[in-house]
Amino acid sequence: MRVTLDIGRFNPEAADPKPYRQEFALEVEEYYTVLDGLIHIREYEDPTLAVRCSCRASICGSCALRINGHAGLGCKTKLISVMDRNGRVRVDPVGNMAPVKDLVWDMKPFWDKIRAVEPYLQPEGPEPVEEYIAPQEAMLHLVGVMGCIMCGACVSDCTVLEVDKNFLGPAALAKAYRFVGDPRDGATKGRLKRLNEYSGIWDCTRCMECVQVCPKGVAPMERIMVLRDKAIAAGMHGTNGARHAESFAEMVKHTGWLNEFWLVPRTYGMFNLMNLNAMFAALPVAWRALRRGKLPTPLHPKREGAEHVRRIFEKVEGPKP
Amino acid sequence: MAVYQHDVVVVGAGLAGMRATLAAIQKGADVAMITKVHPVRSHSNAAQGGINAALTSRGDDWEEHAFETVKGSDYLGDQDAIEVMCQEAGPAIIEMEHMGVIFNRDEEGRLGTRRFGGQQRARTFFVADITGQAMLHVLYEQIVKARARVYEEWFVTSLVMEDGAVRGVAALEMLTGQLHLIKGKAVILCTGGTGRIYEPSTNGLIVTADGQSLAYHVGAPLMDMEMVQYHPTTLKGNGILMTEAARGEGAYLINKDGDRFMKTYAPNMMELASRDVVSRSEQTEINEGRGVDDCVFLDLRHLGRELIETKLSYINEVALDFANVNLAEKPVPIRPGNHYEMGGIKTDVNGRTSVRGLYAAGECACVSVHGGNRLGANSLLDTIIFGRRAGEAAAGDAQEVGESELTESALSPEREAIKKLMDRAPTSDTPAKIRLEMGRVMNEGVAVFRDEAGMQRALRTIVELKERYSRLAVHDKGQVFNTNLIFALEVGFMLDTAEAICLGAIARKESRGAHFRTDFPKRDDEGFMKHTMVTMGPRGPEISYTPVTVTKWKPQVRSY
Repeated sequence: MRVTLDIGRFNPEAADPKPYRQEFALEVEEYYTVLDGLIHIREYEDPTLAVRCSCRASICGSCALRINGHAGLGCKTKLISVMDRNGRVRVDPVGNMAPVKDLVWDMKPFWDKIRAVEPYLQPEGPEPVEEYIAPQEAMLHLVGVMGCIMCGACVSDCTVLEVDKNFLGPAALAKAYRFVGDPRDGATKGRLKRLNEYSGIWDCTRCMECVQVCPKGVAPMERIMVLRDKAIAAGMHGTNGARHAESFAEMVKHTGWLNEFWLVPRTYGMFNLMNLNAMFAALPVAWRALRRGKLPTPLHPKREGAEHVRRIFEKVEGPKP
Repeated sequence: MAVYQHDVVVVGAGLAGMRATLAAIQKGADVAMITKVHPVRSHSNAAQGGINAALTSRGDDWEEHAFETVKGSDYLGDQDAIEVMCQEAGPAIIEMEHMGVIFNRDEEGRLGTRRFGGQQRARTFFVADITGQAMLHVLYEQIVKARARVYEEWFVTSLVMEDGAVRGVAALEMLTGQLHLIKGKAVILCTGGTGRIYEPSTNGLIVTADGQSLAYHVGAPLMDMEMVQYHPTTLKGNGILMTEAARGEGAYLINKDGDRFMKTYAPNMMELASRDVVSRSEQTEINEGRGVDDCVFLDLRHLGRELIETKLSYINEVALDFANVNLAEKPVPIRPGNHYEMGGIKTDVNGRTSVRGLYAAGECACVSVHGGNRLGANSLLDTIIFGRRAGEAAAGDAQEVGESELTESALSPEREAIKKLMDRAPTSDTPAKIRLEMGRVMNEGVAVFRDEAGMQRALRTIVELKERYSRLAVHDKGQVFNTNLIFALEVGFMLDTAEAICLGAIARKESRGAHFRTDFPKRDDEGFMKHTMVTMGPRGPEISYTPVTVTKWKPQVRSY
């Protein structure tokens, strides 16, 4: 099988260290992965090509790359499944992180964020003589998150990190979830409190990219959503995110529809002086929306059939505790 | 370049290395862990099936585990060491659970077990089929918690000696290409196995016999290196592992006629006989024409989709990705493939080698608990038991050692050697070509079935390759992340170790465990119930022998 790998390269020691592209045309077997192709280049075409790799079986997490613009593992992606009609595949280093050389990137910020979520079990009380008793369903559920191999694919394609480097990011937040979800961990309250702050769970925009690109089905965004629920359930209502979610649901529940006019002030907190600036900042947007006839009136009457919507809510929420 | 100073230097950050580091820190030592890849990239990750332990509190018997390990080793394991490992296994599992490993549970929420090969009882604790990854990530969490000093992506090129003792390492910082001296009063090698000496292998590309070669060069004997395990179920093509847990959960091995052929070879234990026995049976089926394309089949269809998806989810993913087989629907073609090195740097039960200041633990060491054949799920146990013991011993011994006088000048020979590799004009020869030739000849000559001619051919090739290696040049002349240079150094390590494997294998004129010779098909307890040692002498490798320690279990005929 004929394939052309179009590789985004970088040599920090070049006289003019700028990223450049280089193409390699290869004759390979049909079962070859992107990583097999890169190793073939490194071994037989150009030994200076730098790429991290080890296990070849999607367990060590070394070979995260961008393949045709999206992050994934080189070893888990067959060339035949990603090449275009002309046999071309574009390979680049991951995004959101600084390149070191070719496809090797600086992982320090990645690990710093993992460390920031106190990534170790913190049990409460005296240690039992034998194992902690824990339900099998809870353990099986955690295996799904623990399956994270820390490859960084999710961080590479996170759209929030593109604009705010401080965001903890999908990998670290999924790691945090692994402990919050562990019945043996006793530090849930403190963990949620920290995750509830700026750079934490409420900074995710739910773009789904991390879920799409994760090679291990960890679904970081879904874990972040559960962390939000848990934070609210633990009484942490005082964030824009929590207010946004709660007022959104509240409005729909009572009237059957969402009135954006009220969503903004209720998200920032109606009487929250701290957020006055943010509210003023929203005024030009509101003005433009008004001019184009897209701002609803402050009136927010019940729609016909609103009681049906309410019943759905009650069914989902279950009986009041 | 710089000089760093610590009490204990641990080389390698897999399960053994991290366990050793934690133990040494707990003993109050200032510890440095040096690793050529980030700790969670280590190959302990790839251990799938589980970890053995006899939990005596729930009625299991550690002596039964010990006996089965002795029998599995084909009476080449040292029984005192095996007793230590099996007796300490229970508390070690509980400790890992307390650290946070998400072990599978039973209905009451207690640790659940599955069956594994070579054992009558289900005593293998597990996390789906990613037990190694689960344990590795948890130990890394503990390393973070302990704020251990990690030299990440630093490659150790040699051990540095002072007055006949190991007192540090020379290490290449991959990010900058600088060579540094890291002094330690004790150095523990935890660098893993030798897999890449063979082609194909289940092992990752980083598994390159580094520690074995480092120790060999300072005079430490390599023991029982001929005992190379071929795992019975590896995928064709790239040789990726399909866990023994599949058979532990009830999967069959079938030949092209759909027969469960293990009934011919191991009527009692069937698919769960020892790995050496199963691999030989498969190879016999293939050699006698009852395979397809050099493979037989692993059949999971009768286990049902639910069990496969919860307990064997990773191999399900691997089979789909790499063999295009849905395990619930079709048997997957498999064959025996290089997997594990039972032999290694000779140590006592506390990780001490015969060289002062040098310790070893995990796959690169040979305590010896695996002898001629390792039982599945005993390797993870080996890493955490002997990793801890080596860490504790090294930290204790380091207290008795004074300050070393070593300076940067100790790096001179190493710097010269690297400079030669870098300065030579490139030829058409490359590290990759040398490794591939080595891998093929080892996989032909020193594999499941061996004979004098094949092993001699392998040895001759290795000697020729060493000669070619002495003229090898590195093509990449850069300093930053020069993987070409690292690979060249790794190939050097592998060639040394491959030679020791061949020499040990040729000298052992009997069949025992994984070492099966068609020209000497019987076990010879009279002549060879002893450990082979290969030591680097002034005129090249020298072979000697040392007795096997027997405590309770006299050698018997081994059948499954």
